[in-house]
Amino acid sequence: MDAMLHISTLHYLVLGAALFLLGVIGVLTRRNVVIVLMSIELILNAVNLNLVALSRYWQGMPARLGGGPQALHGQVFAIFVITDAAAEAAVGLGILIAFFRNKETVNVDEVNLLKW
Amino acid sequence: MAAMNPLVANPPVATPFFFYLLAGIMVVGGILVITRKNAVHSAIALITALLAQAGLYLMLYAPFVAGVQIILYAGGIMVLFLFVIMLISIERTIKERQFNKQWLVGIVAAAALGGLFISVYTKGKSLFPEGHALYPEAQNTQAIGALLFDSRTGTYMFAFEIASLLLLVAIIGAVVMAKKRI
Repeated sequence: MDAMLHISTLHYLVLGAALFLLGVIGVLTRRNVVIVLMSIELILNAVNLNLVALSRYWQGMPARLGGGPQALHGQVFAIFVITDAAAEAAVGLGILIAFFRNKETVNVDEVNLLKW
Repeated sequence: MAAMNPLVANPPVATPFFFYLLAGIMVVGGILVITRKNAVHSAIALITALLAQAGLYLMLYAPFVAGVQIILYAGGIMVLFLFVIMLISIERTIKERQFNKQWLVGIVAAAALGGLFISVYTKGKSLFPEGHALYPEAQNTQAIGALLFDSRTGTYMFAFEIASLLLLVAIIGAVVMAKKRI
């Protein structure tokens, strides 16, 4: 019961793992490319949650180990991950539009132009 | 009395109730994202999950990341998604089969990954001890800016410049991909 009432870093990590798994299931099972891209966003967000939670954990470490209020490396990494997510979404949706223009579909099963 | 406990003066909002509320919103939103037929519904569920995640960032004393999450993710990237959903016709996709033929294998693979997570987190529980020191959020944005931009303390200045290059490449790539004739 005490583990339920006291929110520790592990709670955030478990939530991040659950979201990561949901994203993985979405990427592996859905046929709609738009939803596959959204599942990738879900995965990136799970990683971001882990990074910020571990940044918080690291702030509680003693200063001789690099902890303290200035230990914000996880949060900076989360910002970089958000930048990557923006770039990935732009390029992915550009590819999706090009694909839709050629094939009139958004099903990932029909992306087989490079197969032989 | 002079050194008042900051915890008493400002009780933390990071209560277990809010954590479980936001975590529940996120998990339900994630499930809706991967199960809805209509991509617009998925996008709206994802926006809800992202906003709940911004709340979790606030509970983790990361107000700058929470703001970036709302402005960039919920406000920028998801609007891009909705625009693209608007451009492509979704009527046909809704009528079609939503899950591919390998869905069972996919779920088994995800379950194996979940088993790995469970075993790591149950075995490594002692690596994450309870209790954190509380730090004020007031310095958060300034400290992140110092890490990113300051020439003396800026550990990530070079990475930041590289990120701008990445965005440039992404812009050019997106235009090249989406343009009919170059």
